[in-house]
Amino acid sequence: MAATFFGEVVKAPCREEEEEEEEEGRRETPEDREVRQQLARKREVRLLRRQTKTSLEVALLEKYPCSKFIIAIGNNAVAFLSSFVMNSGVWEEVGCAKLWNEWCRTTDTTHLSSTEAFCVFYHLKSNPSVFLCQCSCYVAEDQQYQWLEKVFGSCPRKNMQITILTCRHVTDYKTSESTGSLPSPFLKALKTQNFKDSACCPLLEQPNIVHDLPAAVLSYCQVWKIPAILYLCYTDVMKLDLITVEAFKPILSTRSLKGLVKNIPQSTEILKKLMTTNEIQSNIYT
Amino acid sequence: MFVPCGESAPDLAGFTLLMPAVSVGNVGQLAMDLIISTLNMSKIGYFYTDCLVPMVGNNPYATAEGNSTELSINAEVYSLPSRKLVALQLRSIFIKYKSKPFCEKLLSWVKSSGCARVIVLSSSHSYQRNDLQLRSTPFRYLLTPSMQKSVQNKIKSLNWEEMEKSRCIPEIDDSEFCIRIPGGGITKTLYDESCSKEIQMAVLLKFVSEGDNIPDALGLVEYLNEWLQIIKPLSDDPTVSASRWKIPSSWRLLFGSGLPPALF
Repeated sequence: MAATFFGEVVKAPCREEEEEEEEEGRRETPEDREVRQQLARKREVRLLRRQTKTSLEVALLEKYPCSKFIIAIGNNAVAFLSSFVMNSGVWEEVGCAKLWNEWCRTTDTTHLSSTEAFCVFYHLKSNPSVFLCQCSCYVAEDQQYQWLEKVFGSCPRKNMQITILTCRHVTDYKTSESTGSLPSPFLKALKTQNFKDSACCPLLEQPNIVHDLPAAVLSYCQVWKIPAILYLCYTDVMKLDLITVEAFKPILSTRSLKGLVKNIPQSTEILKKLMTTNEIQSNIYT
Repeated sequence: MFVPCGESAPDLAGFTLLMPAVSVGNVGQLAMDLIISTLNMSKIGYFYTDCLVPMVGNNPYATAEGNSTELSINAEVYSLPSRKLVALQLRSIFIKYKSKPFCEKLLSWVKSSGCARVIVLSSSHSYQRNDLQLRSTPFRYLLTPSMQKSVQNKIKSLNWEEMEKSRCIPEIDDSEFCIRIPGGGITKTLYDESCSKEIQMAVLLKFVSEGDNIPDALGLVEYLNEWLQIIKPLSDDPTVSASRWKIPSSWRLLFGSGLPPALF
């Protein structure tokens, strides 16, 4: 409890999650339950084929065999894969994950245009067991396990290798120096027990941790003994940024992306174009 | 569900399960870290559910370069077979509406694994204490009826204080009395469910406030140690207390990164 300037006593935030909510749950009326179920339906993660507008009947990786799966989470990671990997081969869209949460800019959960389709899955036409996911939306904590279920299904396969790319703000990085003095952006990695190759950058030191969808995927892989590696770029610019995207470049020489990257100078040009088209002229008056 | 690290599930029949409740000050979880770290317990598996917020990081109990790169997730199980101890560590909070399903899954695993008893380490808001509680020790215990039968005499000999009942609805004077553990997270649910399922469970908790809760965690493990004697009993010198428990490497920078020198 804490007292405010005006003398009123208020409940201070506690690291433990409120138990009051659970006590309310026990006294939940049928109306409350209906509202809660409606909200759960609104927040459901659905996997569908955009071309036919039909839902995928089974989990994505139960429908297709997979030897390699590269997942980009966040706009900078997505831009990196778009420029360096997707432009080096022919990729066919196999599905898209549709979801809504409070972070979405749109309130319309039924009609998502192609620019808003947040989580798109592709496979390489020349080698259809190689998959790629471009995820530029935020997948909320109550949706992360659903996403895993819809993508990986209930039978984990050990003979595939997973690579995840994402960014975090440099202030999340714990170090004995001040984070302001760190040479950001910089790359760190986390890998599962069964990932035997070496990372192209140092591993993430204690006591640093990772949350959200990258953590959900990596946890799944660790538990089910699937070789997986997460490349984490700590940056001080969370919006689309050339220097941040280029910080992922060391991954191009790893086995994760082996054979998938052809023309690096051309990719760099594509990346620069991506930056300019996404630049929003903004000042405090707009 | 429990997923073993190795090929088969280890035999936990007759073991004592130690676990934290995610509660005020995270005292139970800090205490579990001290136990796992000090006893050098080995990881035997994961408690994989959709009830906890996902998180990963490298081995929180790393002591050297060689053992620092094993990935850890939000709910892991460790054991010390020589002492018939198994420890569950929880490292994140519950996803909304998932705490009750978690309790059900956990207790179902406790029954199926053959664990003899469960000890929950927890905490409760110190500001909710009544006058009597303010003047007494901050430690409390609770036993389910089936646990009472087996350890009543031992607990009596320790002169411990049992958790008192308080008004179910504090604001109402003629409200009934019941066990309340404000700030205790799932502690009360686990306790109630264990009572009805006849599971041998003990709850050990401390009244705490949010802040630097390391001393509270050290206090709670010493309290547990009075009973289980997992490490050598405390001598008369209280200053020796802190050094008996091994602080894990993951407790570094608990209050954030270094400060920019220019600030001063």
